[in-house]
Amino acid sequence: MTDINKHRDKFPQKNPDGTNIIDLKSGKFIKVWQGPNHPGITGNMSLELTIQGDEIMECKTHVGYLHRGFEKLMERRRFIQCLPICVRIAVPEPDFNEYCLTSTVEELAGLKIPDAAKWMRTLLLEMSRLQSFLMWIGGQAGAFGLGIIGQWSNYVRDLVLDRFEEITGGRIYHMHMIPGGVRGLTPDGFEKRMEETLQEIEKVMKDIETTMFNNSIFKKRSIGLGYIDPSMVFEYGVTGPNARAAGIPKDVRKDYPYLKYNELDFDVITGKNSDAFTRADIRRKEIHLSIDLIRQMMVKMPKSGDYMAKVPNVLHWKIPKGETYVRAECTRGEFGYHTVTDGSGYPRRINVRGPSYTHAVALMEKLAIDVNIADTAGLMVSLHTYPPEIER
Amino acid sequence: MKNLIERLKKQFKISEVVFQRDNEIFLTVEKMDAVSMITQLRDLEGFTHLVLLTAVDWLEEGYFQLTYLLNNYEKKTDLGVRVKIDRDKAEMTSIHHLWKTAATYQRELKEMFGIDFPGSPRVDESFILEGWDNIPPYRRDFDTKKYSEETYFPRPGRKTHDPAEYMKKKLYPED
Repeated sequence: MTDINKHRDKFPQKNPDGTNIIDLKSGKFIKVWQGPNHPGITGNMSLELTIQGDEIMECKTHVGYLHRGFEKLMERRRFIQCLPICVRIAVPEPDFNEYCLTSTVEELAGLKIPDAAKWMRTLLLEMSRLQSFLMWIGGQAGAFGLGIIGQWSNYVRDLVLDRFEEITGGRIYHMHMIPGGVRGLTPDGFEKRMEETLQEIEKVMKDIETTMFNNSIFKKRSIGLGYIDPSMVFEYGVTGPNARAAGIPKDVRKDYPYLKYNELDFDVITGKNSDAFTRADIRRKEIHLSIDLIRQMMVKMPKSGDYMAKVPNVLHWKIPKGETYVRAECTRGEFGYHTVTDGSGYPRRINVRGPSYTHAVALMEKLAIDVNIADTAGLMVSLHTYPPEIER
Repeated sequence: MKNLIERLKKQFKISEVVFQRDNEIFLTVEKMDAVSMITQLRDLEGFTHLVLLTAVDWLEEGYFQLTYLLNNYEKKTDLGVRVKIDRDKAEMTSIHHLWKTAATYQRELKEMFGIDFPGSPRVDESFILEGWDNIPPYRRDFDTKKYSEETYFPRPGRKTHDPAEYMKKKLYPED
């Protein structure tokens, strides 16, 4: 990265809050529109950049290219009918939507789910994290010019999707968790095939580690990029690997153990330097952690048993008036559903708290200042954002 | 958590306290007290993380319910602060000075529910819906079906058949 501070006098002066003083009439600035097909994200989102030379002086996030009004649509659906809608809120990682929605509904209805269903949900969530990280690592490498990594990681991600298909019948959208439990347990011989998949992932990860994390181009471009100060973590609502890279061990799986995470053995991974490289390194370690957790689950999980609680007729199911919030740790951070019911058969309001909402708007606008325009995509991917959860 | 509620009750007008879980409480506070209570919770009680800010439209009762969900990271507790504001004069004091992310939430609420937060950065700019000219769409009285029927060109759908009649005609045309 160029050290912009050496030539500070040629660039605009700073406001006390760190933003640049910009006079568009001076003729020194150009407005550039990056997006909506932005290389830095899975989905559509635009950045309105004010640049001088090739440094970004100001950044504004524009969303709205994917708005389908899911939250409004769900108000007109029965609880069971919300499931096919809610999974579309975070496309590469839909299981967290299922989990958060079903568990808010179960909590408000006072349902207790069987143990086998809890194990099954934990497995699905962890597999979902694994495949989302694998997809991310390809994006991060691609944004810094290492296109081949994406091909490798997508190959192993596809193997995880095969395992999803075995359990649920679907590759991307599973809708396997329904209010009351899950739709089924693992098929025969699943552990063996899962183990083969995990070994294949480990093999490919070894290659990725050699080519990506030892690559001088990747290191040069990512070290020092997008520094998040630990004091910004709470001010900007930063969660997940972005917060852990700043040294704050925020992990919902450890802080608020849900499902069966309290029976699994793992440590929260934290970093020190809080730049794009540290965040990438944390996510690399998270992939290994997910593999480890899945192996632990394969041993501890019950292979048979009751997996569905007794639920009334879901088409006439009325849930008492109430309000609750349930959170889970997805790959990007804290994912949560705030559900309000009014005693009818329909939700009064469902609000989705996606981690991208804070990361891609307020935080991105702050971090993009003084970054080289060629590094925006890399910075964007290093925050790991999915636009659909911003504009539910 | 109970001590905290007792302490807050001495200072602010609090009602409808619901212990949803051991570490999750929802309570309602008067509109006048809300921002000073949230500031106190952030600065003195350790609720440093704004999880979300959202609104619920209670159309029949004529008010909007704002929920500020605050999280205490040290004690691992959540506090949902509910504020009821008049539906006809939907306006609330901004909290963008407390959390940077609050401005985004407030911008969305302005657009989707028509709740104004004077002074919040870029609150009047459109967030998701560019060029929207109807009532704010997340209000309960906005009818999505009616809107789409009026706005979009109606395409004729596929011809539908009554299955029983259709099969009868296909299989026994002479009857």
